Amino acid sequence: MSQSFVLDGKGIPFEDGQTILQAAGNAGVFIPHLCFHPEFKPHGSCKLCTVKVNGRHTASCTMRAMPGMVVESNTEELNGERRALTQMLFVEGNHFCPSCEKSGNCQLQATAYHLGMMSPHFDHFFPNRAVDASHPEFLLDFNRCILCSLCVRASRDVDGKNVFALSGRGIKTHLIVNAKSGRLADTDFSLADKAASVCPVGVILRKRQGFAVPIGERRFDKAPIEASAKEA
Amino acid sequence: MSFQLETAAHPERLRRVAIDPVSRVEGHGKVTILLDNQNKVHQVRLHIVEFRGFEKFIQGRPYWEVPVMVQRLCGICPVSHHLAASKALDLVVGAKKLTPAAEKLRRLMHYGQMLQSHALHFFHLCSPDLLFGFDSDVTRRNIVGVAAAHPETAKRGVLLRKFGQEVIRVTAGKRVHGTGAVPGGVNKSLTIAERDELLKEIYHIVQWSREAVHLIQKVHMQDPGLYNSFGIFRSNFMSIVGNNGDLDFYHGSLRARDDNGTLIFDGVDYQQYAKYIEEEVRPWSYMKFPFFRALGREKGWYKVGPLARVQNCNQISTPFAEHERKEFVDYAGGSPMHAPLAYHWTRMIEMLHAAEVIKELLHDPDILSNDLMVHGERQMEGVGVIEAPRGTLFHHYQVDENDVVTMANLIVSTTNNNQAMNEAIRHVARRYLNGREVTEGLLNHIEVAIRAFDPCLSCATHALGKMPLEVELVDAEGGLVHALSRS
Ligand code: SF4
Ligand code: FES
Repeated sequence: MSQSFVLDGKGIPFEDGQTILQAAGNAGVFIPHLCFHPEFKPHGSCKLCTVKVNGRHTASCTMRAMPGMVVESNTEELNGERRALTQMLFVEGNHFCPSCEKSGNCQLQATAYHLGMMSPHFDHFFPNRAVDASHPEFLLDFNRCILCSLCVRASRDVDGKNVFALSGRGIKTHLIVNAKSGRLADTDFSLADKAASVCPVGVILRKRQGFAVPIGERRFDKAPIEASAKEA
Repeated sequence: MSFQLETAAHPERLRRVAIDPVSRVEGHGKVTILLDNQNKVHQVRLHIVEFRGFEKFIQGRPYWEVPVMVQRLCGICPVSHHLAASKALDLVVGAKKLTPAAEKLRRLMHYGQMLQSHALHFFHLCSPDLLFGFDSDVTRRNIVGVAAAHPETAKRGVLLRKFGQEVIRVTAGKRVHGTGAVPGGVNKSLTIAERDELLKEIYHIVQWSREAVHLIQKVHMQDPGLYNSFGIFRSNFMSIVGNNGDLDFYHGSLRARDDNGTLIFDGVDYQQYAKYIEEEVRPWSYMKFPFFRALGREKGWYKVGPLARVQNCNQISTPFAEHERKEFVDYAGGSPMHAPLAYHWTRMIEMLHAAEVIKELLHDPDILSNDLMVHGERQMEGVGVIEAPRGTLFHHYQVDENDVVTMANLIVSTTNNNQAMNEAIRHVARRYLNGREVTEGLLNHIEVAIRAFDPCLSCATHALGKMPLEVELVDAEGGLVHALSRS
């Protein structure tokens, strides 16, 4: 493996076809990301993974690594931009961590901690979206969707079902359930689906399990999100 | 209207004094006083803005989220809401009886909460008034002043509270906004190391609690003229009592007595609370006024909290607290005590009891067990009642077949004490303010009466007496005559 690029002053080896995010992850360097998942094609929508390549902003989850690239990631400027994006995600939805059952297992919360986000900064939108509790085993709380489309990709590409879709444009974009009624109960969604376990935040939730795991034993209680670089 | 000083005959001719917000009182506490030109008091009202929105907020949420979510209701005793909601939802998941470990761990959490809240209430919020006098120098009348004049007392206050918070942390995972109780049980037990840490401290916690009872007892007995009569009103009182009529903060049946101590009802299953208690809405207040149906709205109001509980129970199960209860009953002379300042004395007896129960539980191997959850046949409705630090707390939920809450009704301790607090401040206004020029010290008397019942209205961040207090005297036309403020 002779190819490499420079990330924050450090040489990072890579294989043909790898993205910057993947190569950095293999080398144990964490780049914040939300819509990327190693098992799915990158989507490039959340922009959390933005780095500077030879001085220009680009999403590291979609950008292939090239020999000799000079990449900046862990800089004050980029982390500041990531923090602002995270704050916007917080205020667009209802992310009340203290009473959210995904707390401690939530990538958005863990990313906010990683970026040192101390407050939401912007005015809250306080959306009021009804939950879909129609399914016997799963609850959908649309108030927390960050539109990463992982469930859409998982259901379509792995489960072969197309249970979820993103609908609308721009600020009106929202998650929908592909059923005439719009209710999860009227789809063939099931516990075994990949889409059932892929949501990085607290939208797609197994019913009646909330808060079963005590504080201290949840995923990000044990290790912060940056320790999971290699999973990228 | 039947309640004296609740509504003046000609409010338009009177001047208005608003104490807003009441310092060391959380939420939005506001007292308005209407005075005429001779400073004669015509109307006194305590307004508390709170909670009503919260019930709406819970509707439409999945039930398992509720015990964690409701903790946002109160900055001082979130655990009470956490547990009252969990108890209501135990019934929804069909957990009629919890495992012994779960019940004891919840009890431990709750008694830790009682200890920390009572310590905060007494030492941080009330001891400045009690040790220095109600109209003493306002710059000294706070916990910092207590620390300077009585360093040992202030230090113990801090450490008692800290211990209670530590009990909460090991049972709920965090000091505030923990998650320990879940419908059907709890999500964690104690490790041996956690238990041993607490065991190291509990003996002096019990001892300090005993001394705290003696401190307030002495303060009370030194000035019976003040302590037995300040803000006094007679009323019914209510609490839950445990098996055999024991003092019990976590579980029991409802018992109510009239002002002479005669039983009004007893052994009432709190699932039936709505048959016994009705809530009245009055146009001038956001907070409802509950009363016993059997006695009607004029005669049926009551008080809750330490003074009610300690006089409502037959006995206390732990020896030191039982000894202190007997001393108190003895002092009261065979009939119920109604003096608001006696809340402090009974509050410290309760703190002692909480410390003793924590000690017993720490010696119980069940708190290390991992048999933590039960489930049974799913139900659509549940009521959970607990004795919170400031009094009886009701949580009532209906949950649909999709697990979503469709109805929530909460009667919080402050609401239960609503009429009682209004009566106390009216008494104080009549006795101390009537006909006199209003000063900060006099107005603090009103606050002293409120704080005897409720620090809940008192947020921890304002505990240093730093919350600004504004008083405005407004004439009949609404023009500002005089303003007092402290900051
Ligand atoms: S529901 Fe979850 S996985 Fe699906 S788009 Fe929203 S945040 Fe992403
Ligand atoms: S992770 Fe790259 S854009 Fe979302």
